[in-house]
Amino acid sequence: MDLNYSQEEIAFRDQVRGWLKANLPADLRDKIANYEELTREDLIRWHKILAKQGWVAPSWPKEWGGNDWSVVQRYIFEEECGYAGTPPLIAFGLSMCGPVLLKFGSDAQKKRFLPRIYNGDDFWCQGYSEPGSGSDLASLKTKAVRSGDHYLVNGQKTWTTLGHCADWIFCLVRTDFGAAKRQEGISFLLIDMKSPGITVRPLILMDGGHEVNEVFFEDVKVPVANLVHKEGEGWSVAKYLLGHERMNTGRIGASKRELAKLKEFAAQQKSGGKSLMEDARFRDRLSRVEVELMALEITNLRFLDRMRRTGQPPGADVSMLKIKGTEIQQGLTELMMQAVGPMAQPFKAVNGDSGFDEFTAAIAPRYCNFRKTTIYAGSNEIQRNIIAKMTLGL
Amino acid sequence: MNFDYNEEQQLLADSVRRFIQKGYEFEARKKIVASAEGYSEPVWKTLSEMGLTGIPFSPDYGGFGGGAIDLLSVMEAFGEGLVVEPFLATLLGAQCVARAGSDAQKKAILPAVVEGKLRMAFAHTEKGARYDLGHVNATAKKSGSGWTLDGEKVVVLGAPAAAKLVVSAKTPAGVSLFLVEAKAVNQKPYRTLDEMRAADVVLSSTPGELLGSEGKALAVVEEVVDFATALVCAESVGAMKYACDSTLEYLKTRKQFGVPIGTFQALQHRIVDMYVAYEQAKSMAFLACSQSDSAANAKERARAISAAKIKIADNARLISQEAIQLHGGMGMSEELKVSHSFRRLTMIAQQFGDADYHLERFASA
Ligand SMILES: Cc1cc2nc3c(=O)[nH]c(=O)nc-3n(C[C@H](O)[C@H](O)[C@H](O)COP(=O)(O)OP(=O)(O)OC[C@H]3O[C@@H](n4cnc5c(N)ncnc54)[C@H](O)[C@@H]3O)c2cc1C
Repeated sequence: MDLNYSQEEIAFRDQVRGWLKANLPADLRDKIANYEELTREDLIRWHKILAKQGWVAPSWPKEWGGNDWSVVQRYIFEEECGYAGTPPLIAFGLSMCGPVLLKFGSDAQKKRFLPRIYNGDDFWCQGYSEPGSGSDLASLKTKAVRSGDHYLVNGQKTWTTLGHCADWIFCLVRTDFGAAKRQEGISFLLIDMKSPGITVRPLILMDGGHEVNEVFFEDVKVPVANLVHKEGEGWSVAKYLLGHERMNTGRIGASKRELAKLKEFAAQQKSGGKSLMEDARFRDRLSRVEVELMALEITNLRFLDRMRRTGQPPGADVSMLKIKGTEIQQGLTELMMQAVGPMAQPFKAVNGDSGFDEFTAAIAPRYCNFRKTTIYAGSNEIQRNIIAKMTLGL
Repeated sequence: MNFDYNEEQQLLADSVRRFIQKGYEFEARKKIVASAEGYSEPVWKTLSEMGLTGIPFSPDYGGFGGGAIDLLSVMEAFGEGLVVEPFLATLLGAQCVARAGSDAQKKAILPAVVEGKLRMAFAHTEKGARYDLGHVNATAKKSGSGWTLDGEKVVVLGAPAAAKLVVSAKTPAGVSLFLVEAKAVNQKPYRTLDEMRAADVVLSSTPGELLGSEGKALAVVEEVVDFATALVCAESVGAMKYACDSTLEYLKTRKQFGVPIGTFQALQHRIVDMYVAYEQAKSMAFLACSQSDSAANAKERARAISAAKIKIADNARLISQEAIQLHGGMGMSEELKVSHSFRRLTMIAQQFGDADYHLERFASA
């Protein structure tokens, strides 16, 4: 048994690390480090830098720009990005719509959409959830009625992350209302956000930020050419994507960076001449999160190794990584809150001139915002249901 | 033993709750939060007409002569309504006067507070103090017949709405309290995470009037902060109640997989734990309020208040986090009051000391 990366994997990691160091623009790195909000332009800029380097979609087939990297290399790359603090690569195009088109898309769809996804020319968002359909996605009601060479789409999607930035949205819609099972009669449609009849309305989250939206469809015409896979087979497309989840769901690299930042920040917080890092109570809390993170990293590597050897998709293992990874992320924001102490209170300036430190003022909103991680992408309760059913056979 | 309110307390509790439910419902609160001042003059007037601003002050100054116990139901109702009026801030400042001031100072200030004509704030915390009440670097020096103050105070709750501040500062005799006109200091107002108003305050050769005797303020500060801690414990109980009740309601009405999500046992146990945490917190808020009024000595008081705050900090976090989680995406939305109860409970967990601070204080008292 050997818990370590091979020589080649270490060389690869160092190469990625060196490249990120040289190519991550300082202003973007600082924005991330200071918990500042990223703009659409920031996200696209980083996407394009990686696209130029040929690293933006490692898991895609070579002919579409993929890298032939092993699952371990892909994992290393994603974790190094997290550790370096790069802007995120928005998953909707690269890791969701892209893989769906590669698996189910027609040649024409691939040619039309994949290069634009790869190059960051189109910004995608995901239209699954609806007001009445969250955990129970198969109950969705947005309907698409075929009429000639197009569908007429009516209904509402919600919680659409970055919908206000998007050029395209991929949607699950209901095309057959008489189907015996709810999962039948759902179809996967690609919809141009500029289509007449689409309205995007911001949903403000409790930290005051605008990242999600409601998207309304009123008689939106969608060409039949934008149907992916067969009509009524959208659920198998959605299920394929779930099985295709990436192995970096635990976001270990990003949490390592947060942990280092927390230690540094806590060391600067002093009371009665002692730094918070000298306070045994605080240190114990911090060590527990750190140990959780170590355990998660090794668990993740074990799963990765199994996947490499068996060639099987990770299945319910991903659920475990999601549960632990998000709990750790939240645990870190909680400790940041504890570390900042009374200075967590300032939130928004009244007269433009705040006078307070922007970084410390960003800590509490971030704590609020991170509550989302155990809710979205399949809530942690649903992840537990998946493990209970798939792994434990309950 | 008797955990019931007496008739007078019950009447007060009912009328405050009624007022908050009617006059301070969530939409009204939103408008107040968004207003330039961040509090409501008419609401303030009503609160004082109801006698709330007079509760913890002696009848000599027009007050009711009560204590934290008499404010328990008021604070609970405020917590449930997520009231952002500078009530606690005013009591903090005015309690310093009531406990440390000379007769003349009390006469000059307390009747105005009781009548709702004077709002105050307590400027004590400094950068780098965390929760250490003894950390005071601001200084005061004699100047003619009065004093002048220099230094910086941070997150002074309610300062933007206050006309008078009570400021702590060091003199050769030790930490002392001073009355300072709010307009004599430099303030940069901001909104806090829980939608109240606060400011960092800069004093530079600012005139101040010594409150009570020089160098003896620390014991008073500790007493007043314990009193205020008991009040936020009571307030948290109301906010917890809102978080629990709205979540329970959601579990009964939100349907997924064709059934109310409250039928999932995984969630039933979670909400049960929330209510257990709420009851435990409520008990400790009773303890904090009663001991803040009646403890035989400072040590006994400190132990009770810190015990309560430990429980409240832990349970505020548990309840606020679970309320959001069980609401799913809706819990994250600014539109729902439950996310605002999350923000208030998050702040209460750390206000006047987090669980670790109070664990230390509890164990060493
Ligand atoms: C910030 C954010 C971004 C998002 N981005 C997107 C996006 O881009 N695109 C998109 O389509 N969606 C997005 N979502 C939606 C997200 O996928 C849903 O919020 C999620 O699936 C939960 O659904 P819900 O909010 O309707 O909660 P509900 O399903 O109503 O759940 C409420 C509570 O009940 C629990 N629960 C539900 N069913 C069960 C069960 N069977 N057993 C036990 N517990 C259960 C849940 O875990 C939760 O605690 C986003 C959500 C958030 C908060």
